[in-house]
Amino acid sequence: MIPLHWYLWLSAVVFMVGVAGFLMRRNIIIMFMSIELMLNAVNISLVSFSRYLDDMRGQILVFFIIAVAAAEAAIGLGIIIALFRNKVTAHVDEANEMKG
Amino acid sequence: MLAEGIFIYLAAAITILSVLVITRKNPVHSVITMLVLFFHIAALYVTLNAEFLAAVQVIVYAGAILVLFLFVILLLNLKEEAVARRYVGPWPLGLMAAVGLFLAIIVSLDSFVAGPKGAFTTEVIKAETNTKALGKILFTEYLYPFEVVSIVLLVAIIGAIVLAKKRLRS
Repeated sequence: MIPLHWYLWLSAVVFMVGVAGFLMRRNIIIMFMSIELMLNAVNISLVSFSRYLDDMRGQILVFFIIAVAAAEAAIGLGIIIALFRNKVTAHVDEANEMKG
Repeated sequence: MLAEGIFIYLAAAITILSVLVITRKNPVHSVITMLVLFFHIAALYVTLNAEFLAAVQVIVYAGAILVLFLFVILLLNLKEEAVARRYVGPWPLGLMAAVGLFLAIIVSLDSFVAGPKGAFTTEVIKAETNTKALGKILFTEYLYPFEVVSIVLLVAIIGAIVLAKKRLRS
């Protein structure tokens, strides 16, 4: 059987890529996709915990995370459309009205 | 040996595809790459005996969320994206923060202690199928959170309409 640590390493790598994408990219759509990447990284570790600890609760939690991710995507894309309507840009560093 | 080979292939593909997702210039290419990535993650769930979640991953993530992303990208008409800068000014700082977080997680993995094992061994799940075992817990022990999730989705529907609507008539 594959050691649990392999799955946790994979999860950590995907999470790191998600964090890096969120902090580095200018395009707000790619930033939202980075958030989805981070959620998927957590899902991978939860499913592997569920498998290796013989417990279904990890999978229940993943089920809820997927539901919340769907809600978050709908709201986030609504915000992107509102931003584009007001500023005609999808770049986060051009939306700087609130800078003091 | 076969299981290790499959895991190594899936892990390599997931890592490479996720790096591609955050580095592509064209957001449409990112979405297509992410579609392939989600199929690989679903395959990983199958190897972990979570068939129901693999199906949900494909249906909800690949079928619903990515189509939503694609719609928004096509709605926004990002022509200047091809010539614009890809990264924010202080991007090395962001990369350093991400790598630092990764190192912190990896170092803390060594002190991980597994909790007590539950009742759902592979034999039990095989006897009553993954979906049935999941549904039994979901609709008894986790019924209240399940109902709360439905309210979260309702709020998301209303919120998305309110945010994306042009002007609310007063």
